[in-house]
Amino acid sequence: MLLAYQLALESDLIQAHMVEVIEFPHLGNKYEVMGVPRTVIDETIHIEGAVPEPMLMAEFAKLLQ
Amino acid sequence: MALLNAEIRKDVKAALADVKQPVVFKVFTQEMECQYCKETRELVEEVSALSDNVSVEVYDLVKDQAVAETLGIDKAPAIAVIGKKDYGIRMFGIPSGYEFGSLIESIKLVSEGESGLSPETKEQVAKLTKPVTIQVFITPT
Repeated sequence: MLLAYQLALESDLIQAHMVEVIEFPHLGNKYEVMGVPRTVIDETIHIEGAVPEPMLMAEFAKLLQ
Repeated sequence: MALLNAEIRKDVKAALADVKQPVVFKVFTQEMECQYCKETRELVEEVSALSDNVSVEVYDLVKDQAVAETLGIDKAPAIAVIGKKDYGIRMFGIPSGYEFGSLIESIKLVSEGESGLSPETKEQVAKLTKPVTIQVFITPT
């Protein structure tokens, strides 16, 4: 979660949202959250589990294409 | 009863000792059907009591709809962590357990205004041309 906050801080274009799925089960369903943490970038990129910085940035590169 | 015990308060106070620039928690609650609104508000109030530079503004999701819309908040409980500007850091639901640590770290980030990311990551992020939302789904641990 901290990495997402760091990215939000770095760029005015990035928002970082923590979502606690037990309180918002409809969002858990919508984004097919079976395990946590689950990171969803721009509704399209889904990553399971804790994400190290290089791995997240590799996924991020897809947004720049 | 306090949510944070004496030991945690001591740790948080030490962690926030370096927070020099003001940070505001804008916390949104609602009266109806909100499981952890009260606890979320109490949590940020207890944290803010541990630093002179951290404050809390409490809003109602329904009554303060205009403020909520400005911050992109559509559900409660929600927290926006704001520094000298709004960096886009939000928490929906209570940040407890492991995420409590992230909440404390977010205060330090927002206060310092420095992400601490690697130069490579900063370079890549600078290439963004459109808004991106990163959602991280968690459960209380």
